[in-house]
Amino acid sequence: MAATQEEIVEGLAEIVNEIAGIPPEDVAVEKSFTDDLDVDSLSMVEVVVAAEERFDVKIPDEDVKNLKTVGDAADYILKHQA
Amino acid sequence: MSKIKPAKGSPYARILGVGGYRPTRVVPNEVILETIDSSDEWIRSRSGIATRHWASPQETVAAMSVEASGKALADAGVSPEQIGAVIVSTVSHFKQTPAIATEIAHRIGAGKPAAFDISAGCAGFGYGLTLAKGLVVEGSAEYVLVIGVERLSDLTDLEDRATAFLFGDGAGAVVVGPSDEPAIGPTVWGSEGDKSDTIKQTVPWDEYLGKDGGEKFPAITQEGQAVFRWAVFEMAKVAQQALDAAGIAADDLDVFIPHQANMRIIDSMVKTLKLPEHVTVARDVETTGNTSAASIPLAMERLLATGAAKSGDTALVIGFGAGLVYAATVVTLP
Repeated sequence: MAATQEEIVEGLAEIVNEIAGIPPEDVAVEKSFTDDLDVDSLSMVEVVVAAEERFDVKIPDEDVKNLKTVGDAADYILKHQA
Repeated sequence: MSKIKPAKGSPYARILGVGGYRPTRVVPNEVILETIDSSDEWIRSRSGIATRHWASPQETVAAMSVEASGKALADAGVSPEQIGAVIVSTVSHFKQTPAIATEIAHRIGAGKPAAFDISAGCAGFGYGLTLAKGLVVEGSAEYVLVIGVERLSDLTDLEDRATAFLFGDGAGAVVVGPSDEPAIGPTVWGSEGDKSDTIKQTVPWDEYLGKDGGEKFPAITQEGQAVFRWAVFEMAKVAQQALDAAGIAADDLDVFIPHQANMRIIDSMVKTLKLPEHVTVARDVETTGNTSAASIPLAMERLLATGAAKSGDTALVIGFGAGLVYAATVVTLP
């Protein structure tokens, strides 16, 4: 069953915590990965790959640069999940 | 029909010796920061690189190769006259004809071995090693010298903040020869030409030379995120395939020597491969930078020289880079 927006944000929070060590409660839709969450461009790739596995979605390299905030990523996954 | 007599090869091949040459000049991040707007902290956090070596005009591709080869021959206990083939992998020797391998063969005193260059980017060492193994087993050469050598400082855009700090110069060489036991596993290798634009020279030579001037000298450029994803996640699969093909479990592995592209790639690969704690991981990139085809033999030599690894250890080596191309295999360290 497809994940809801809330479940996706929760999942992303766990992934960001695992990869960048940011407390899950700090991960909210309006947060920017690079500016607020200390996720640099390479860690972002790790976040994306983990999100692909978790939510059964493909996020091509050319789309990764458009995912600035947690909300951007959640919306993308919501729209593209299988 | 006449019967053709085949060459008499060896049942197996092994790496008998390794040698490296790092240019005298050590270049810290401070020097890189003279031409890009960045910081030592940023460079270290994105690449793990603190210093790299840049070659002087005298430290040519041939000169560095001769030094590394001499050490590899001494380590192997093989004399130059015994070398039947010299394989050189490089992308930064600017004279295409003749192949630089012939000059190197001559300068080390190897007589008249077969000698040729190959172009396989950062997978060049694995490609050369695979060819060498084939020659030894098939019997066309008893001992083969495989050299990875680069002067990537010549192909670095010092004003590009994404790549200016990455590359270094150096040469690494191994001698491959006969063995009674398997000591080089099956190679898992390949190419992905659909991704040929991911890492490339900015401008072809003919295009650059046809211009009136004022154009930037060609440099190596890459799509950082795409390369990172491919290098970590796709190459971890290839590395696992090489272990499986050699029948080696991760628990039985002693050493992991990935191409020294970037510390972040190395760390993520180790995590993705779930390598056990006891496996020694080459992290030579910190003080050598990315030396493309030279990085694996240079890292191998340093691990053995410092005692972090020892002769007889089982090592997984994997090279990957522009092409895109890759090659992974399991070897017994010399």
